Amino acid sequence: MNALAARRRHPAALVVLLLIGLFATGGLYTLFTPKADAGTRVTTAADLETGRRMFLANCATCHGMNGQGTPDGPTLAGVGAAAVDFQMGTGRMPLAAPGVQAKRTFPVMFNQTQIDQIAAYVDTLGPGPAVPDAKYASGQGGNVAKGGEIFRVNCAMCHNFAGSGGALTRGKYAPQLDNIEGKHIYEAMVTGPQSMPVFADTNLSPEAKRDVIAFLHDLDKQENPGGNALGSFGPVGDGFFLWLLGLPIMIGAAVWLGRKAA
Amino acid sequence: MNDSATPPQVPGHGSDGPAAGHGDAGFGAGAVSLDHGHVEGSGLPAHFENPGLPPHQPRHADVDPKAAKRAERQVLALFTLSVLGTVLFVVAYFMFRPEQLFFFPFFGHVSILNLLLGLGMGLSLLGIGLGAVHWAKTLMPDTETIEERHTTGASEEDRKALVQALVDGKEESQLGRRPMIGVLGGTALGLFAVPLGLQVVGGMGRLPGSELSETFWQTGMRLMRDPEMTPVKASDVTLGAAFHILPEHLDASVEELDKLGYVSAEEKRTGDYRFDQDLGYLERKAKAVVLLMRLRPEQFKSDKARDWGYHGIVAYNKVCTHAGCPVGLYEQQTHHLLCPCHQSTFDVTQDCAVVFGPAKRALPQLKIGVDDEGYLIATQGFMEPVGPSFWERG
Repeated sequence: MNALAARRRHPAALVVLLLIGLFATGGLYTLFTPKADAGTRVTTAADLETGRRMFLANCATCHGMNGQGTPDGPTLAGVGAAAVDFQMGTGRMPLAAPGVQAKRTFPVMFNQTQIDQIAAYVDTLGPGPAVPDAKYASGQGGNVAKGGEIFRVNCAMCHNFAGSGGALTRGKYAPQLDNIEGKHIYEAMVTGPQSMPVFADTNLSPEAKRDVIAFLHDLDKQENPGGNALGSFGPVGDGFFLWLLGLPIMIGAAVWLGRKAA
Repeated sequence: MNDSATPPQVPGHGSDGPAAGHGDAGFGAGAVSLDHGHVEGSGLPAHFENPGLPPHQPRHADVDPKAAKRAERQVLALFTLSVLGTVLFVVAYFMFRPEQLFFFPFFGHVSILNLLLGLGMGLSLLGIGLGAVHWAKTLMPDTETIEERHTTGASEEDRKALVQALVDGKEESQLGRRPMIGVLGGTALGLFAVPLGLQVVGGMGRLPGSELSETFWQTGMRLMRDPEMTPVKASDVTLGAAFHILPEHLDASVEELDKLGYVSAEEKRTGDYRFDQDLGYLERKAKAVVLLMRLRPEQFKSDKARDWGYHGIVAYNKVCTHAGCPVGLYEQQTHHLLCPCHQSTFDVTQDCAVVFGPAKRALPQLKIGVDDEGYLIATQGFMEPVGPSFWERG
């Protein structure tokens, strides 16, 4: 104590105190800051800039230089990162040519990092739904039976009871829902792409969405003991198959029955 | 048996036709040619000669013993196939379990039991059928034979005997002398049919009364999400959203509804419930289903649609006015509602008027508002019958 007290007026004392204070603050700060999860990249200004440049090169022709929209494409202010992640992650955007409806395409032209960068840029144009939390979007732990019930009330009228899709007006259609990443299903519900209505979290809660995703992923895994499901389109598809295959066999049998032997 | 080329003798049709067929001369030798005997002025002959049957052609198996032997072997092979099919069915039934799947080209993963049972049963039936037909066509006699038709009338004696029996019966039963027995007996027999018919007609249920014109919706009922049955705040309904809605208290009993104030004193007195309070859950639900959408208020071309909504939130009944299917396909961009059954299309911006398809009426709108807590409520029931047209409605 004496030694410390004796040196308190030493010229280096201030510097030493300052250093101790700085190290303590810095150390405590790093100790208590919430750590970014492995896998989530923090968006930097450089990402935004890269995203902006990719936007200008790939999207601005239709959506306008500032995403304000043109006669060829809607405004992107307020669509949110979820819409970009869905449209680009499923290969619907960039659109190769204008048409009634953007199709899901393979392979997807951008990797996830690039999509995230463009999404980050588009998100700056106006607040919108964010890319969903994997806790709900993965569908893991969801109640399949409940999800099926919600699906049949809210989704099945367009997407079919087995998620095999269906026709809308003037060439538009509800796409089939087999083997789709949970994240994209969630984003489609939140953003309401193209003809689809919006099912925001205020309509179907994140838990309900997780159940629906779990139901769809369970459908993907289901085996069909009867063999080919003929697209699960219901009686029309099955009937068409019989007309095409069964009826010629029946007619052939009738002709054979009526013919005399040589 | 007619092994020669001579066709059998066939009687002609009609009373004025020639009774005999033609002979060895072949077809048409006796036919009336157009230059004589025709109906005057028409250019048609007065009657046609019966052409008879075409000459009989013997089959290979009839003339060639080798061909006959071959046909026999084919029939035997088909019957053997049937036996093998049956054996396959029985063996497969005991060997495999339904869960065992295997990959089959084009069909994908198939239950091996299903496949083998089907194949076995198919071969078994097909073998019998094909074998029997092939047997009949190649080996059984195939000569044309003609069987004369009998006259249908009974003989004169039989008819007289029947009339006599009836006359005697009336005499012996004393119906002529005591007619009241006949009258009352006939009445009893006739009325006996009434209970039988009554249960058929009565089994169709009671008349619908006013049920076709009303739904479960009443003033003040909250709009609830289907199937979660949670109330909807007006602020929850975003632009472009579609909510599938059921009325609050849909599963409540009459007594519970009475406590909630949804049964009037007059309904209690007469037992004639105006809002489906006495119906079961599914019957209530069938008519009360509603679709809730939000558009920008200026997008509505109808003032009524805007006024009956709440800041662009509108609620329409989901039962198609054509055949009663649920109209649930909402296109967010065009604001069209499609019916999946017959493609009737309703335009939400025009108060759900029909713009395409077989439906004739617009979808009924439910007038909505918000309560003190901000939840959406019905401010009145449906003002017109929901669903397809019916007779009394015209």
